[in-house]
Amino acid sequence: MSRERIKVIISKVGLDGHDRGAKVVASLLREAGFEVIYLGMYQTPEAIVKAAIDEDADVIGVSYLSGEHLVFTPLIVELMRKEGLDDVLFVAGGSFPPEDIPVMKEMGIDEVFRGGTLTDELIRYIKENVRETQE
Amino acid sequence: MKPQEMVDRILKADRRAAARLMTMVEDQSELASEIMKDIFACTGRSMLIGVTGAGGSGKSSLIEHLIGRFRKDDKKVGVVAVDPSSPFSGGALLGDRIRFQKYSLDDGVFIRSMGSRGYMGGLARASSDVVRIMEAMGNDVVIIETLGAGQDEVDIIHIAQTCLLVLTPGMGDDIQAIKAGIMEIADLIVLNKADLEGANSCIQSLESAIHYNLKKDKDVWVPRVVPTIASSMQTAECEGIEDLYQNIMEHQAFLHKTRRIDTVHAKRIEQELGLIFKDEVEKTVFAGLKGTGKKREYIESIIKGNNNPYSVVDEVLSTFLRTEKLE
Repeated sequence: MSRERIKVIISKVGLDGHDRGAKVVASLLREAGFEVIYLGMYQTPEAIVKAAIDEDADVIGVSYLSGEHLVFTPLIVELMRKEGLDDVLFVAGGSFPPEDIPVMKEMGIDEVFRGGTLTDELIRYIKENVRETQE
Repeated sequence: MKPQEMVDRILKADRRAAARLMTMVEDQSELASEIMKDIFACTGRSMLIGVTGAGGSGKSSLIEHLIGRFRKDDKKVGVVAVDPSSPFSGGALLGDRIRFQKYSLDDGVFIRSMGSRGYMGGLARASSDVVRIMEAMGNDVVIIETLGAGQDEVDIIHIAQTCLLVLTPGMGDDIQAIKAGIMEIADLIVLNKADLEGANSCIQSLESAIHYNLKKDKDVWVPRVVPTIASSMQTAECEGIEDLYQNIMEHQAFLHKTRRIDTVHAKRIEQELGLIFKDEVEKTVFAGLKGTGKKREYIESIIKGNNNPYSVVDEVLSTFLRTEKLE
């Protein structure tokens, strides 16, 4: 059984001011019945992971549009491991070279969505892979 | 996590245990009410401040500055921030946390966002439980932010000891200021964005509205109007925040001096009891009908005109109460 409401953190990270994509995804997820905690721009990996802990989020979604995906991905993965968030999904969206995707997955991100991803695809992925109810 | 382990960890201010129990009370898990029995005993000592007002009036930005002021005194602060859930999809965009960025790494601050999930009154069904959990974690102050409230979302008075109503200039004339509902619940009226045009006349209307309603009782708290300018710019100071803080402390002192605080506690418990009773009766009696197929039968009989909803409830409740007594 999945959670009554799936909670998703949507955030930008680092010095990246392009937040339209993150806002669009946040609205789409809201419309699909998710509870979206929107963190906005200029976040640090520490702030994102702490928000995920306090909010008991099921998914961390980060939007990368400034080419810093290879820098921040391992930092977030490492912090999540340190805090024991092994059952929290970590996904990213944005624009990056296709050859970076296997590298990001190697670093430990669960899934990567590039421009052109259909909403249904994203929602299905989360619903199929989100952790089950825990007590 | 075993229930006892969860309680122990929460009492030691463990964030993950607390966050998980908050999800459980939100999802109304059976186990959660068991755990809350132990949590409850460790609550009732925190200062509870309610912040309500229309969407966009600056509640979250003000709260960020209030957090800062309480952190100066080295107080641990919890914040429960409610935003509306969609009546269509059930989803929600919880956007209060974005205003509290200054404290996103402060271990003395615990922020939890909540979707209202269809609950009326300006809060979520589980808000009072989440506040209790924050108290048990040892937060000295818990700030409860309602969703963007209109004229009648006043449930915050059942939880908060000190109630702040945040208004901005240009929201209406002096007739709006003397209406019933949300205007009556404020211990402090915060006129935010007080640098906007019309602020002075707004303060005047609010102050005369307070004056009209003044009871001649000498032990009565007279609501005050406090102008503030809370900017969302992270570096900016908030004008009026010290004044607001002092007024909150004076109201708290008043509550304790006059023992009004006892009434506030009692009202909070009465509200919680009512909620739990309503839920439990619905769960055991009404939802219980479903399993037996009886519910369908009753609905059919009402449609056919052989029965009506009032008689059905009478019948079901009286049968239920009788069998419960016999047991």
